[in-house]
Amino acid sequence: MNLPVIIKFVIDLLAVLLLALGIKGLSKVKSARDANRLAAFAMSLSVVGLLSYYLGTSGITIQSWIWIIIGSIIGSLFGAILAKKVPMTSMPETVALFNGCGGMSSLLVALGVAIFPISSSLENLDFFKSLINEVSISVSIFVGAITFTGSIVAMAKLQGWLSTPGWTQSKVRHFVNIVFAVASLIAFFDLINGNSSSIWLLVIVSSLLGIGVTLPIGGADMPVVISLLNSYSGIAAAAAGFVVDSQLLIVAGAMVGAAGLILTQVMCKGMNRSLVSVLFGGSLSAQTTTSSGSGEYTNITSCSVEECALTLEAANKVIIVPGYGLAVAQAQHTLREVTKKLEQNGIEVVYAIHPVAGRMPGHMNVLLAEADVPYEQLKEMDVVNPDFPATDVVLVLGANDVVNPQAKNDSSSPLYGMPVLDVQEARTVFVIKRGMSAGYSGIKNDLFDLPNTSMVFGDAKKVLNDLIGELKDLGVGEK
Amino acid sequence: MSFISLLWVLLLGSLLGLELIGKVPPTLHTPLMSGANAISGITMLAALTLIVKAEGNLALLIIGSVSLGFALFNVVGGFFVTDRMLAMFSRKPSNKK
Repeated sequence: MNLPVIIKFVIDLLAVLLLALGIKGLSKVKSARDANRLAAFAMSLSVVGLLSYYLGTSGITIQSWIWIIIGSIIGSLFGAILAKKVPMTSMPETVALFNGCGGMSSLLVALGVAIFPISSSLENLDFFKSLINEVSISVSIFVGAITFTGSIVAMAKLQGWLSTPGWTQSKVRHFVNIVFAVASLIAFFDLINGNSSSIWLLVIVSSLLGIGVTLPIGGADMPVVISLLNSYSGIAAAAAGFVVDSQLLIVAGAMVGAAGLILTQVMCKGMNRSLVSVLFGGSLSAQTTTSSGSGEYTNITSCSVEECALTLEAANKVIIVPGYGLAVAQAQHTLREVTKKLEQNGIEVVYAIHPVAGRMPGHMNVLLAEADVPYEQLKEMDVVNPDFPATDVVLVLGANDVVNPQAKNDSSSPLYGMPVLDVQEARTVFVIKRGMSAGYSGIKNDLFDLPNTSMVFGDAKKVLNDLIGELKDLGVGEK
Repeated sequence: MSFISLLWVLLLGSLLGLELIGKVPPTLHTPLMSGANAISGITMLAALTLIVKAEGNLALLIIGSVSLGFALFNVVGGFFVTDRMLAMFSRKPSNKK
């Protein structure tokens, strides 16, 4: 072994260690931020290691440097700008977009190597080695393409650019996807057999497969899909590692792939959904429109913002249940103003965070943190549930399915078994909502019919603004 | 590297990944996902290899450069956005006092 090889070996080893520590640290609140920086450092270290290796062995031509610099600057610049500019509410689609681009990168590497074999690595290949090469190229293209198109579709759906076409909810979609999958397999084996022209077929059908699989999936399940696609992009990276013969790529890709799978599983549990039903079940609302859960509301009480303010003023303990609607209305800052006033009046305020509140697990914590809500006030479901009976007022803001008592009481309900917040135990519940439309699941919410529940109709932000005005008139929060 | 040892690397890497994440508080699901996502942009190394070994083949240089751009978009954006999210969590203790 010569010096450049040893140096690269040591750097790679160090990078893998730091990446593993980074992923580990990211799963703890205290260490998360440092861990993220550690992982970023490990990634830059790996680039330095690779470049120094080539400088010490084959050398890097000026021409190569130029293209490296062009690609790096453009990619980093756009990435950094988007990361700085994007509002916190659009986090899920942003992650999806980044993820898709990672998949695209693996796809392009494999395509490049397939069309123009890299001279040094493909000389004197025996049959076994060239077979491995073909297989890893095919896997990289297949997974990379699915990751790319799947992520882009996920992003477009979350942005509202794409709706769920009707046919994708029928059985037709299974047929279509099976056709794509079989076509991919044929192209895959054809490619391994040495028919290099089928590479384009593989690119096209696996791209279509990515679209076909993601398109039918409903908005509520999207986070799970993004997490799964994230795992795929790790697998794509590992496959690209086989293509260019890099252990570091294989380890890092495998780590992300496996960790992504676990995270996907954890998310599914939090939503009471199985991975299989997310992937093949279509959107939840389409399944349930015919089954139980639909039904008329019989006992809706609606009330004005003024009444709501009066009740809040008299309360000792208030629990806020924020949900998707709050995120959409971007009302987290307005909410914070309301709770500040209540706190100034000596009212105890707590936020009950359901594991899947917001648009992605953990998303609500990020949004409320952005609005300067103290971390101690954010209570997780298991912690806060015993507190509801001793609570005077619960404010439900844009949450729906996560406060549906059906999940506990009605074994025929599709929601049955999902962990929910027991808001109905509180003395008074105010639900701030635009109208009587159903939540993600499309299921009637029994909470709205309960005698201690009052609906305050309106846009979350507007209602909260009015609430601030009413509270001011009542002299709440003014010292 | 022989193929067999690369397979070992794949196996051990996967096992490591399975072990790394045990209990994750829901708070961290989004940041963890986006952080892991940034790491999957490690394909930038493959793109770099492609460019270095292109030996003047313009098409290969361009493919490698575009691939590098996509990967770095993933990496840089991913880490920045994760940091932005996590910064909001760590800011709080100082606010309290």
